[in-house]
Amino acid sequence: MSSNQVLVKVEQLKKHFPITQGIIIQRQVGAVRAVDDITFDIYKGETLGMVGESGCGKTTAGRTILQLYRPTEGKVIYDGVDLTTTKGETLRKMRRRMQMIFQDPYASLNPRWTISRIISEPMRVHKLNSGKARLERVKELLDLVQLNTLYLNRYPHEFSGGQRQRIGIARALASDPEFIVCDEPISALDVSIQAQVVNLLEDLQNRFGLTYLFIAHDLSMVRHICNRVAVMYLGVIVELASRDELYDNPLHPYTQALLSAVPIPDPKETRARQRIILTGDPPSPIDPPRGCRFHPRCPIVKDLCSEQVPEWREILPGHWVACHEG
Amino acid sequence: MSSTTTDSTDVTWKSLEIAERPPLTPTQVAWRRFRRHKMAIAGIFMLVAIILYVTVGTFFFTEAEANYTDLSIKLSPPSLEHPFGTDMVGRDLFARTIYGGQISIIIGLFAVFVSIILGVLIGAVSGYYGGATDSVLMRFTEAMFNIPSLFLLIILGKVLSGKIANFNLLGRSFSGSVVVIIAVIGITSWMYLARIVRANVLSLKEQEFITAARCTGTSNFSIIFSHILPNTTAPIIVSATLLVAAAILAEAYVSFLGVGVQPPTPTWGNMLDQAYHHLEREPWMWFFPGVLILMTVLGINFVGDGLRDALDPRALSESE
Repeated sequence: MSSNQVLVKVEQLKKHFPITQGIIIQRQVGAVRAVDDITFDIYKGETLGMVGESGCGKTTAGRTILQLYRPTEGKVIYDGVDLTTTKGETLRKMRRRMQMIFQDPYASLNPRWTISRIISEPMRVHKLNSGKARLERVKELLDLVQLNTLYLNRYPHEFSGGQRQRIGIARALASDPEFIVCDEPISALDVSIQAQVVNLLEDLQNRFGLTYLFIAHDLSMVRHICNRVAVMYLGVIVELASRDELYDNPLHPYTQALLSAVPIPDPKETRARQRIILTGDPPSPIDPPRGCRFHPRCPIVKDLCSEQVPEWREILPGHWVACHEG
Repeated sequence: MSSTTTDSTDVTWKSLEIAERPPLTPTQVAWRRFRRHKMAIAGIFMLVAIILYVTVGTFFFTEAEANYTDLSIKLSPPSLEHPFGTDMVGRDLFARTIYGGQISIIIGLFAVFVSIILGVLIGAVSGYYGGATDSVLMRFTEAMFNIPSLFLLIILGKVLSGKIANFNLLGRSFSGSVVVIIAVIGITSWMYLARIVRANVLSLKEQEFITAARCTGTSNFSIIFSHILPNTTAPIIVSATLLVAAAILAEAYVSFLGVGVQPPTPTWGNMLDQAYHHLEREPWMWFFPGVLILMTVLGINFVGDGLRDALDPRALSESE
């Protein structure tokens, strides 16, 4: 499914949101380091999962890659073009090739627009098809996401959550993109509908050779859909490996803790396994701990951890980790 | 009992028919909702009546008749010959309300038009772009707020008066002062609207569907005009209807201060103003123009209310 061709190259990407003080003269008193130096590649045709707890910067990372937030530092190289230095019209043209599916399927659809207008927006913007052909394409897209084509002139409020999410998917597909950032596309849906949407995403990937960055916090869903998985903690990626490698052989203590929290549908096994319970809450991204960011909560912390930032290294082929233990 | 049964079968039959009919266009849906709004329909009737009154009325009286003075019948109460009575120089108030109404309505509508253009543009740009643009525009808006609007009206009226030539519209000659008044009222009344629009834009632009539009590659121009402003129509329509009323009244103030539409050209505003000294003894002088202003303003407000409900797809009345 996935090839070795790199589609998106993220290099030392940082996104800091400034905190300002003062009414008339605003001065910066600090920054929320939402994403702080992440480096990874996304291969053509793969699904890269990105997991981590709330507030760890997954969504910010996704949005910064798409240039919805301008990065503070670093590069995002999309198919050879550095997006961080691309601006205005050129960037708008590039947007045809990368789209996003949002977490809240209702908030991401304009409540005053009909479904056909919503889905055809990318085509209008990028001047793809026109007139009848555009309408035909909208119908085709509705068909593709398994919605009745009679719903064309309905408004978003007339649909259920799962249907709305499928409308969002149809819109993302309208401009024929190759890369889609799925920002927790199933977190807001009922469990029964989650499977439906995930299967749809997989099916579309197979048909159109799409590349996904799949942001989620449901580890079992990520295991189901992703080829490779990146684990984020407090603005940094702590571990990145192929799915089976990561789930079978987690090297970073944070990954181990996360995996030990995944519910297993078997009470015997659940009782037998060792749950790693982390103490405390994740520290504030405004003032992250020195050295390894995970060290205050790490069960295997050493002296070195509080002094030196662990290097992001490839410990096994394709298995990256940022830990002094490794 | 039998009638209830027929009703229920009727309903089923209707819903079946609806399911098989091609879907309604948004305009049709809005019109259906509007039609069900009783007050809005009443408002439409009031406005149509007023418009007929000021247009058809001109077939019965010429403008010269409206300005014809006859001191021998001054201040006469309503009679068959002068149904609304006469004023202090014996002009027929009925004819004057017809011609005055045209001017008042034109001033009200066009002044609001100017005010909406200014308010929406300034508010939307300010809210969307934020930062320095926002600061500059909002300080300007506040400055405009802080200058008493009456003072602005007088100054602008004096500066601009006589600079604009008379013009003809629909077979009637209008004094250039009408344009001045429209501009002056428009320029002094956009600030509230700008603030309302800005506040709405500020909250809307953080919504996810705006992010989605940016992600799609939609330009800022389209985001403002096709995503943000259509979601702001309700407050714009509501303030616009209130502004029409305010503009008709503002025209009355400036007329009173001598910089408005000059007599003998009548407007409802300056007719009310002339009735000032005759409040108790000649009530017909203020009653008729007053009632006409009231009907117009109420009618516009009702229609505005109906439009707001009809245009909101999330409004509660969704029983189609």
